[in-house]
Amino acid sequence: MGMRMSVDCRSLPVDNRAVSIDISGGYLRYLDVAEATISDLHLTIPAQAWTCILGRSGCGKSSLLRYLAHLLDDKAEWRGELSTQPLCDLKGQIAYMAQQDLLMPWLSVLDNVLLSTRLGANIQTGDRAALKIKAQELLQQVGLADQAHCLPQQLSGGMRQRVALARTLMQDKSIVLMDEPFSALDAVTRYRLQDLAYRLLKDKTVVLITHDPQEAIRLADRLYIMQGKPAFAELLVVPTSETPRRLDAECVVLQQTIMTRLEQDYE
Amino acid sequence: MSDLIQLDAISRKVNSQERLSHPLIRILISAMVIIGLWQAIVVIFEMPAFILPSPLDVFDRLVERHSILLKHSWVTAQEIILGLAFGLTMGLLFALQMLLFKPMKRWLLPLLIASQAIPVFAIAPILMLWLGYGIASKIVMAALIIFFPITICCYDGLRNTPVGYLDLVKTMGASKWQMLRHIQFPAALPALASGIRVAVVIAPIGAVAGEWVGSSEGLGYLMLQANARMMIDEMFAALFILSALSITLYFVADRLLKKLIPWEI
Repeated sequence: MGMRMSVDCRSLPVDNRAVSIDISGGYLRYLDVAEATISDLHLTIPAQAWTCILGRSGCGKSSLLRYLAHLLDDKAEWRGELSTQPLCDLKGQIAYMAQQDLLMPWLSVLDNVLLSTRLGANIQTGDRAALKIKAQELLQQVGLADQAHCLPQQLSGGMRQRVALARTLMQDKSIVLMDEPFSALDAVTRYRLQDLAYRLLKDKTVVLITHDPQEAIRLADRLYIMQGKPAFAELLVVPTSETPRRLDAECVVLQQTIMTRLEQDYE
Repeated sequence: MSDLIQLDAISRKVNSQERLSHPLIRILISAMVIIGLWQAIVVIFEMPAFILPSPLDVFDRLVERHSILLKHSWVTAQEIILGLAFGLTMGLLFALQMLLFKPMKRWLLPLLIASQAIPVFAIAPILMLWLGYGIASKIVMAALIIFFPITICCYDGLRNTPVGYLDLVKTMGASKWQMLRHIQFPAALPALASGIRVAVVIAPIGAVAGEWVGSSEGLGYLMLQANARMMIDEMFAALFILSALSITLYFVADRLLKKLIPWEI
């Protein structure tokens, strides 16, 4: 299964948890398909920054993310080099945020945020009260302190995705993988959620998958475009202004360039 | 956004109020219509009492023989409740086995289907032989008849957990057991609830059929006795209690399930 380092990062000192990822010559093929989904992939994911991977739907970008999240371990074959700096096993380092909010309908908002503390090998049985207070604080940060005891079905789509964000923060991992988490929201809600996520995930290594060029341009410290069959990634130059960017002329030009590139992919 | 929530809360409240009052009223109204029609048929066609007694005769019987009726109802009610508990446990265990041990499923599924293909009534005499004329054979009858819907509903519910939920908790490092306990089982509850609703309605069939085949107490027994003595009004009285029992059981179960599974759509 390729090059996977098995040093456990959880033993690293807290201030040294800025993890970067390097992939070179990445190749991914689903076991039940003859053709590779990804081939000759070169990616550098810097620590504590936003790396956006842009591509049309079905191009293989989600597969890459799912591979990184160890969700394809028994479904796909991987070749190529994947290394992290500092050396560690990705498994214990990752929080995953999907397009759907994936809130459990039977748990209250607060219990949904606390979900990760009840799972895994090292269940945090210690101080449940302290965990609860932490979860409350996170809900406060996403502006949902008053809804802590509601069921998810009582919330709107944007609120639900904010709960999912709080749940991700509760896991407190150094890498956050986001698979189009804002794509199902309306434009304004999406805009506000991008800002919120940017603020709250500042010290994390974030990989954001998206098919929305505007979202990618707004948030990317490093921007890749993924296309072709099998897919490969290409680095694009992003404006030097600070993220989350205001959409100025430079951004719009870049957006047009991306659109033209993506359009070719359909031919 | 807060307006939406308020609206949602209000519509919820209205819904729950509807749930509270309407079924009872509806049942009362339909019962009165049926009784009215019944009385009309008796009067218009001058039915003899040993073919179709008038509702008033049946009511008289209910009052007059209430202690005997109550005693036998209690027996049947016990059979139904214990049969439900037994069948539910068996169904759950069966479904869990099929889920956890994939090869088991191939072995158990034919058994499960066979348990439905052979009519419960056909094996009733054998059950009497093995378990005696007491309450045990009726409990097994009721359990057998609900076993299939419970198992299938529960198994489907456990199997069809949204993939996204499972992926999410996998990235949180959940073990197989944690996944089952925290995700798959709660996610299966609405499906299981449908199974229970079906089971609650058909369990009395098993219990009463068991009593017909051989028993010394229970509503089924009472009906056979009354039939043999041409006390048709008593038969109807027993029938009335049986249906009242089933309906009550259904609504109690329904209310309970809605309380326990508030997220069910």
